[in-house]
Amino acid sequence: MVMREHFNEELSELHNMVLRMGSVVEESIDRAIDSLLQHDMELAEVIIKDDDIPDNMELEIQDKCVTLIATQQPLAKDLRTICAALKISTDLERIGDYAVDIAKTTIRLDGQNYIKPLIDIPQMAKTTIGMIKDALDSYVNENVALAEEVCIRDDVIDGIYRNIFHEIISIMMDDSSTILQAMYLLLVARYIERIADHTTNICEWVIYTVTGEKKNLNN
Amino acid sequence: MDKIEVHDLNLFYGDFQALKNININIEANKVTALIGPSGCGKSTFLRTINRMNDLINGVSITGDVFMDGKNIYKDYDVIDLRKRVGMVFQKPNPFPMSVYDNIAYGPRIHGVKNKYELDAIVERSLKAAFLWDEVNDRLKKSALGLSGGQQQRLCIARVLAVEPEVVLMDEPTASLDPISTAKIEDLIDHLKEKYTIVIVTHNMQQAARISDYTAFFLMGEMIEWGQTEKLFYKPEDKRTEDYITGRFG
Repeated sequence: MVMREHFNEELSELHNMVLRMGSVVEESIDRAIDSLLQHDMELAEVIIKDDDIPDNMELEIQDKCVTLIATQQPLAKDLRTICAALKISTDLERIGDYAVDIAKTTIRLDGQNYIKPLIDIPQMAKTTIGMIKDALDSYVNENVALAEEVCIRDDVIDGIYRNIFHEIISIMMDDSSTILQAMYLLLVARYIERIADHTTNICEWVIYTVTGEKKNLNN
Repeated sequence: MDKIEVHDLNLFYGDFQALKNININIEANKVTALIGPSGCGKSTFLRTINRMNDLINGVSITGDVFMDGKNIYKDYDVIDLRKRVGMVFQKPNPFPMSVYDNIAYGPRIHGVKNKYELDAIVERSLKAAFLWDEVNDRLKKSALGLSGGQQQRLCIARVLAVEPEVVLMDEPTASLDPISTAKIEDLIDHLKEKYTIVIVTHNMQQAARISDYTAFFLMGEMIEWGQTEKLFYKPEDKRTEDYITGRFG
């Protein structure tokens, strides 16, 4: 006899809801960067319009968690799993918001030639999307080692961000007419850097679920 | 400070070993919860603390149980021990007499005759059990007319009347509704200021809510024992995790 079969099914469904939200958000980031690189206003508008999707998913996950806590009285790993789903959904929602911020930047820079070739920003985005994929993978497989390794990659993102920061400051100092666009590009880099931070949070929640230890791996 | 220390305790019902090498320290003025599936030995263990198992034929015990450093099987008179270690059972068991006489019963047996002294004990005990306000106008009426929850608090007051140091509770809320259960749980939280409490419960949430320490028993063994918060959040042993998450089967 399988014990708590219904509860197990509910936890499995919660797990799938988090993964679906992760996939939606990951795709949203990818498309937001594409819209910036391709000056694709139409795509940027779609991303902004679709922001309701992860927002609603977050609410559904939160409802599910509250219901499970109220009706199943979870303990030990079950409780940690549900708490982690609550927190991960919040991180994913914030990541989704940053995708929208990047899409809005695309629209603000409509018709402008970029003041520099966009090389570091796509590279940063690619690394960050890889982090999100692996964070979700570590969530699926409860892989603590992978979660820890993803957090280490955040250092790479921070390094690229510092380089972009200094480069853009130089561009602005050389030519003050670039300041507005330079600020927007710097903000995009900042958004991606924050996405990576939220991704390390997700990894920390994966580690917490498995081990019961809450570590701060975003130093 | 540890009130009770249990060293290598084994208990046999004839050939059947009901407790296997139990070692645990029970801290003074704390609530220690004993959890585990039916037949795991937790009630048997509870009864070793006031030697209630002495009343059962065929029971043999090895190992030591110390209270305040003295061996309860060697250094205590059993009457004195049971005065110091009171017990509350699953089903409220008021005596078929008045509320007043239920509470005064123990002190009278222990030689208190003075009416004013008994009155004071009855009032103090009923107040300590959060029952005084509900029964002070019916002290002379039968205790059997009280509700189940009131009867259980009466039984707790009856235990408190002889001023014990340790209170053992064997599933004290198992037959009570949620409101009565909540009252008993609040009461337990207050009682630990003066008493050391050991409680057997099948209700995981109750153990998590009211106890400072929890011990998990399985098939006569104590599998894991520690701070309640830790045991319910990140148990060390997979068998504990399986039990408290309801996947033991």
